[in-house]
Amino acid sequence: MDTATTLWILVIASILATYLWRFLGTLFSRRIDPDGALFQWVTCVSYCMLAGLISRMILVPVGSLVEVPLWIRLVGVMVGLTVFFIAGRIMLLAVGSGLAVFIGLATVLNI
Amino acid sequence: MIDHPKPACIRAVKDALGFPSIMLCASMMGFGSLAQQSGYSLGMALSLTAGIWGLPGQVAMIEFHASGASILFAVLASSLANARFMPMAVSFLPLIRDGVRHYGWMFVLVQMLSLNPWAAGQRVFPGIITSVRVYYYVVFALVCMAAGLTGTAIGYFGIGNIGRPAALGLLFLNPLFFSVMIAGTRMRPAMIAILIGIPLGPIFHYLSSDWGLLAAGLIGGSFAFWIHRKTKKEA
Repeated sequence: MDTATTLWILVIASILATYLWRFLGTLFSRRIDPDGALFQWVTCVSYCMLAGLISRMILVPVGSLVEVPLWIRLVGVMVGLTVFFIAGRIMLLAVGSGLAVFIGLATVLNI
Repeated sequence: MIDHPKPACIRAVKDALGFPSIMLCASMMGFGSLAQQSGYSLGMALSLTAGIWGLPGQVAMIEFHASGASILFAVLASSLANARFMPMAVSFLPLIRDGVRHYGWMFVLVQMLSLNPWAAGQRVFPGIITSVRVYYYVVFALVCMAAGLTGTAIGYFGIGNIGRPAALGLLFLNPLFFSVMIAGTRMRPAMIAILIGIPLGPIFHYLSSDWGLLAAGLIGGSFAFWIHRKTKKEA
């Protein structure tokens, strides 16, 4: 098999394997009452998985983000969240500030 | 209260253009650039964005394959990084189903679900009657998808000239904007679940880098649900 064929197999298999979660979710959602306890439990699971994913991406990243020291990643997120809460919950401003600090530190420290 | 398709669509365009589109376009630029450097074609990069439609899984697939993992392992890692789509679909689709006549369409609509429309739905659906929510969702999700695909293509072609700190910044953008998005949550059970998920994600990741996230969500989410129920009754 040449490289392109191998990569296409990888791409298509990953797309299908991801759709499986969406498919199962759609099946399970059919009989769920949005005002019921089961719905609330699944919402809790969603938020917990999201929060777990985000903290994993920041603390234990994959790829070239690993080369940026942990403290810079943490400072970037802290600045973003602080600006979000003190400056009227404007998401663009919050993310912009966090990103600016992150890129600024990475530039100054020559990473 | 929005009770017609047209105002729902207009509201969706207004909400989606702006923060969600900018963030998606920029973070998918990071992905497009990564795909190009890792030897994928533009067609593959765009297929991954539209087909997986969840950045952590897209990045995981490329990184795991690049590190020499077998195809099966890269596919597994990619899929499990986006396992959240199952509970997210369950906690989202019942909110829009009143406007969908044939349930089969849900299997198509669910492909466009991602954090942005999901979070937007949690926020604005109380102000939209159930039968027109699906219009809001479809329009919002299509704008997001267009922004994501545009970003992927820009990143694919615009490589090398932005400098290393900015390239790292694009990779950092995704967890950063996810953090800010869920920080805005005001629902009590969700807030408990978030506080539990933050330490549990990395801890379970060390126990199993594949299944850890799924386990963290199920265990932590159940615990959060239990705490919410128990403390609500006592209060």
